Amino acid sequence: MNSKRDARIGVLFALPWIFGFLIFLLYPILASLFYSFTNYSVLRQPKWVGISNYQELASDQVFHQTLANTLYYVVGAVPLGSVIAIGLAMLLNTKVKGMALYRTLFYLPSLVPMVALGTLFLWVFNGDYGLLNNALRGLGFSPPNWLGEPSWSKWTLILISTWGSGQAMVIYLAALQDVPVSLYEAAELDGAKLWQKTKNVTLPMISPVILFNVLMGIIGSLQVFAVPYVMFPDGSPARSTYFFSSYLYDNAFRFQRMGYASAIGWVMFVITLVLTLIALKVSERHVHYDRS
Amino acid sequence: MTTRVWLGTLFVIGAVSSALIVGETTVSRQARLDRTTVIYWEKWTGDEGEQMRKVVTAFNNSQDKIFVQYLSISGVDQKTMLAVAGGNPPDIAGIWVDQVCQFSDANALTDLNALAKQNGLDEKYYIKGYWDALNYRGGLWALPSTPASIALHVRSDLVPKEYATRETFPKTLEGLDELSKKITTRNTDGSIKMAGFMPSNPGWWNWAWPNYFGGQLIDGDKITVNTPEAIRAFEWIASYAKTLGSKEMQSFQSGFGNFSSPQDPFMTGKVATEMNGVWKASYMKVNKSNAPWFAVPFPYPADRPDLEGHSNLSQDILAIPRGAKHVKEAFEFIKFVQRQDVMEGLCKSHGKNSPLAKVSEEFFATHPNHDIRLFDQLARSPKAFSSPSIGIYNQISAELTVAFQQVNSNQKSPKQALDDAQERLDKLWTTYKAQVLN
Repeated sequence: MNSKRDARIGVLFALPWIFGFLIFLLYPILASLFYSFTNYSVLRQPKWVGISNYQELASDQVFHQTLANTLYYVVGAVPLGSVIAIGLAMLLNTKVKGMALYRTLFYLPSLVPMVALGTLFLWVFNGDYGLLNNALRGLGFSPPNWLGEPSWSKWTLILISTWGSGQAMVIYLAALQDVPVSLYEAAELDGAKLWQKTKNVTLPMISPVILFNVLMGIIGSLQVFAVPYVMFPDGSPARSTYFFSSYLYDNAFRFQRMGYASAIGWVMFVITLVLTLIALKVSERHVHYDRS
Repeated sequence: MTTRVWLGTLFVIGAVSSALIVGETTVSRQARLDRTTVIYWEKWTGDEGEQMRKVVTAFNNSQDKIFVQYLSISGVDQKTMLAVAGGNPPDIAGIWVDQVCQFSDANALTDLNALAKQNGLDEKYYIKGYWDALNYRGGLWALPSTPASIALHVRSDLVPKEYATRETFPKTLEGLDELSKKITTRNTDGSIKMAGFMPSNPGWWNWAWPNYFGGQLIDGDKITVNTPEAIRAFEWIASYAKTLGSKEMQSFQSGFGNFSSPQDPFMTGKVATEMNGVWKASYMKVNKSNAPWFAVPFPYPADRPDLEGHSNLSQDILAIPRGAKHVKEAFEFIKFVQRQDVMEGLCKSHGKNSPLAKVSEEFFATHPNHDIRLFDQLARSPKAFSSPSIGIYNQISAELTVAFQQVNSNQKSPKQALDDAQERLDKLWTTYKAQVLN
């Protein structure tokens, strides 16, 4: 009797979340699936158009360009971000005086809001008087116009993405501290050097965490929006920084093509799902879950 | 029993909170219970916003039945559209004229024809170019707040003396090109020190270049962005990329400060001439720039003297969204803004010309822009043009901006860039007609 009453009370207390989930998540998800098969301009009743939005996407050159830009960004930002986060975590896992301060300092940048980050890096990467180019010129290099040249603009965003590596770094740090010291001692007895210990002990032991962070990185990078929107509002130069999310946003709110935008959203979801499944499949042979 | 008391308490707290939240919205919107409150969303912030707020205050003080509540809103166009969709729009929205067709096609605006006629606000009351842009498919969808015309601004201290007056400045594009080459200076490393003219600065009207060469972006029911005139315009743009160097130009331009700051390239003398709107004088005053300047109509191609006096027009407008709760009261305020004295005061405070056919001599005499008469003439010129009256103007503008960037960075030839834009716009227009207009 008590357990039934407890269950009722439990459900009652969970009701706000359940309502929130149903109204603000499940309903929009299902509604967007329906709208993706309609012509819907928000102010008029949606008209069923079957798969024509998806057919249009198949021949939409701008969509193809945003797809290519987004995948380019994912391929650049995810590995670079992972390497930097793991590297920092390993450095911050050593026994050095003042480590708590270092950990805080390296984590802090990831707390900078996206809009502030975009504005800040507009100045850092300015081709004429930016901090970076001034430093490069001082070293004798002839630096590029990061924001103005299509061949460099995506790389600018990829480099900026590493600013947020602190989030992943903290997770890697926790994983590194969980690696049994006995394994390193055994490796040292076998004559392993630093690189061999890293390759054969550290990385296999934290591989589930690497997989988790890579998956989160892929999903987050596929949705990149705020920083490019602040730094390159029209996807300039020549749509070289025009991503999936920007195109979705423009179709939904600038062009009032909510049906088409919903279709873009669902294609984005499918691509995210496929990439996640591929990553999971590939990881099967490289991720070690058993720590016994 | 204890649980019931707890649950009862929770329910009461929830109900009271909900009532307070819902009630708060209602109460805050009804700022003056003794009058009808008209909600007015406007894009302007800063000084421009304050000047409009003064107009609102003057209206509120001029009568005792309507209270206009002025709210400065970022992204006012998109928020208005969503508010209309949500059934709770403002009574007045301060949007841009190039959105009239899109909003009208989306059924987001109230037709003001009848109200305007009743109040004597017709085509004779306004300058033709401005009036025409407010009308679309038989409806009148807004009335102006402040308008603008565009001209070439020239720093008289940065051009040779023989060109340093409005009368002696080159009238043709060929003359401008020649002058630009002559006065452009470079640093020892080859980078640009000062540019005579750059089509990419400020880069706000990339859709308008074909018109400056005699082209039209719409021909009947067709979009025409790759006409011979448009290709000629983009070849002219490419000639600047070639002369100045595409990379050098991009690098030089990346060092330009914001147009509303003292680092603006025209104010700092990085460019000797610049295509800009009537508001430029105000920004120069606000930023305390003492640079000497004058304005001339944008030059025309030597073989098209019929284009002399061309200028693209733009307007900030006041519209009543569909579903607004106080249409008549909202129109009372819009009508107040159209009064000659009020309109001239507002336009003068924004540094703009007046959209009205009749303008007082005092307006010209006391206007902060010393070349205001030129901007007024340009607005009245039969060669003046507005953004194309079509629901996919946003897409046309976006495509021509991309084409501009591709040409300006030597990625594509002018013809290729415009052919690509045309192909894409044809598809978008076909879809738009099928999905929105039919």
